[in-house]
Amino acid sequence: MSVAQLEIQIIAVIVAIACALPGVFLVLRKRAMISDAISHAILPGIVIGFFLTGDLSSPFLVLLAAATGVLTVSLVEVIDRTGLVKEDTSIGLVFPALFSIGVILISRYAGDVHLDTGAVLLGELAFAPFDRLIINGIDMGPKALYVMGGILLINFLFISVFFKELKISTFDVGLATTLGFTPMVLHYLLMSIVSITAVGAFDAVGSILVVALMIVPAATAYLLTDDLRTLLILSGLAGLISALAGYWIAHWLDASIAGSMATVVGLLFLLTYLFAPGRGIYFIIRRRKRQKYEFAQMTLTVHIMNHSGEYDNIEERRMDHFQHHFNWDLEQARTIVKQALRNKFIQLDGDLISLTNRGLRFARASQSLIMAEKDPNINEFRKQFVTFNE
Amino acid sequence: MEFIDFFIDLFTDYTTRTIGIGTAILGIVSGVLGSYAVLRQQSLLGDAISHATLPGIAIAFLIIGTKSTAFFFLGAAVAGWAGTMWIRGIVQNTRIKSDSALGLVLSVFFGFGMVLLTFIQKMPNANQAGLETFLFGQAATLIHTDVILMAIIGAFSLFAVILLWKEFKILTFDPQYAATLGFNTKLLDIILIFIIVLAIVLGLQAVGVVLMSAMLLAPAAAARQWTDSLSIMILLAALFGALAGLTGTAISSAAMNLSTGPVIVLVSIAFVFISFMFAPNRGLLFREIRKQANKKEMRMNHVLENMYWIALGHENLQHPHSNAILNKTLGYSKKCMRELRDKHLIELNEDYDWNLTEKGIKRAKEVYTDNNKNEQQ
Repeated sequence: MSVAQLEIQIIAVIVAIACALPGVFLVLRKRAMISDAISHAILPGIVIGFFLTGDLSSPFLVLLAAATGVLTVSLVEVIDRTGLVKEDTSIGLVFPALFSIGVILISRYAGDVHLDTGAVLLGELAFAPFDRLIINGIDMGPKALYVMGGILLINFLFISVFFKELKISTFDVGLATTLGFTPMVLHYLLMSIVSITAVGAFDAVGSILVVALMIVPAATAYLLTDDLRTLLILSGLAGLISALAGYWIAHWLDASIAGSMATVVGLLFLLTYLFAPGRGIYFIIRRRKRQKYEFAQMTLTVHIMNHSGEYDNIEERRMDHFQHHFNWDLEQARTIVKQALRNKFIQLDGDLISLTNRGLRFARASQSLIMAEKDPNINEFRKQFVTFNE
Repeated sequence: MEFIDFFIDLFTDYTTRTIGIGTAILGIVSGVLGSYAVLRQQSLLGDAISHATLPGIAIAFLIIGTKSTAFFFLGAAVAGWAGTMWIRGIVQNTRIKSDSALGLVLSVFFGFGMVLLTFIQKMPNANQAGLETFLFGQAATLIHTDVILMAIIGAFSLFAVILLWKEFKILTFDPQYAATLGFNTKLLDIILIFIIVLAIVLGLQAVGVVLMSAMLLAPAAAARQWTDSLSIMILLAALFGALAGLTGTAISSAAMNLSTGPVIVLVSIAFVFISFMFAPNRGLLFREIRKQANKKEMRMNHVLENMYWIALGHENLQHPHSNAILNKTLGYSKKCMRELRDKHLIELNEDYDWNLTEKGIKRAKEVYTDNNKNEQQ
């Protein structure tokens, strides 16, 4: 591994973590798409800044472009407040407008700038080590390292200092206002942070993948935990993994580093989406199946119990009769009866169904569970009839 | 150059005409379908879909190894469709909200598409050049057969909208009601999204994945301001879309070095701006004018009511009031008094005091009883 490779990986990790931290709050505040808007809309700011300074990593350019980002947010809010269109439409109108201006500026003066439209969308991490910070003739390392390192530090400090305020204003705006914080100020601070991060990361990963690095790690972490601190840590971790794995996959395929970082973080999300403990699709499907099964057993036994009286119509307990009540087809009904037999809830006498003692206990417990006025304790119920802990 | 010169190319130059027709078709189709997206508050879905199409285009190229608009359309549609379904899955099955799901699918699909594109670019294959035009679109690459393909797909989507007009309408405004009427809302929703995906795919070559969402939104958002009727809104959106396509093409062909996609987008956003400002009912200008008129009327009513109230204590309803007293009334100003006089509601007597006219008394009485009725309630 060469020094340049090491430097690229360090920059990639710093960019990924710097994006992942504020991303958590965007996801929680349901403002994820504003990162898309900001990362596109800073383009004219960057182009103009570049005309003025001629240096993509100049702090002046970063500030100017970040100001464009904040301007975008306030433009969206101004349009939103007129009530003429919904908020998502105003986001969808503002950023393409600013982005188009940026693209036109670039193509108009393409000869004078080494910004090309492809780099705008992609960034080029592989070139980052070539732009070096040299002080008094001593090579201090790539400039991007310092710019992004500084931004990561700002993000980290912002979140640590305002942790409590961010937490409350994210989860309960009303409470935050009564406690005397001004959610609006905090909102704009957060938006400024997002803008600065987007500008810093822009050069390295381009405008669209900034969105991937902000939202996807946070969304992944959100499926794994309920605790804000853990959420931030997991999100950062997801960023770190995607940066490193993304780099090596890109290296192997000789493809875009930023793109493959986004792909890896997308795969991380996909894995979590499918298998997150308790929340993944796999568990959701299993849970639904189990609930369906449980409920069918309850329905069957309660029905049989209700028709077990001495003078009751015995037809109600016949195999090919009761199913019509529940809209079960014959196949389904047979399976349910078979399961109930295996659970020793019922016994068959020809095609006449009657409850066993265990089945009667189950039916009564089910009934009181269904009729319960307070939150019933389903786990207790399940423990009692062990069949369900399959 | 005269403004009209911009449009001459559209009629005389074969290439410009092809591009103009192509972008106009695109404008019509995206205007129509964008109307549904805007009304159903799915404005950013188009953004997500258009970004999500990128890997589809790349995979289509990897499979057939050559550039073919029809196959690119197919690949893009499949990928856009897959992305949309994943968004639905995420929103329905997890606690992640739709904005995050949109951003997630948008950026991950796009990132994956970029990996494939850069991978393709390194392949020793002469045919791969120009794939990246899908990023920003390059209307200049539209040729006759592309436009015919666009026309066919566009006609198909418009036909579907007309055929399912009633269903889409009720799905847009009251999905719950539609469900109780027995419409299969899930299926309708999927069909509508599918047609939106088609419209987006249609625009990729001309305006590219990044700006396609604006093509979908802007004509519809502009049209929304002029009317409350769905059919008129859709017709207007189609018109704005077509105009944006033609004007954008004309401007970029007349002025060198301007890429067509961004210009079309800026033109259509200019339509939005104009509509926001000048639409008769909802527009900001007329809203402000109405607001000022209301304010003026309230001020005048206030003065009248006050004069009437004072006069009530003087037995003579035409009792004159001096400026010094009226001065303390909320809403009093010289301008306001002048306007009241011009409307013959008050008049100036020989002592330069103000008194109500017959007409003024009648009006003031109405206002007075109205306001006091409100107070009692």
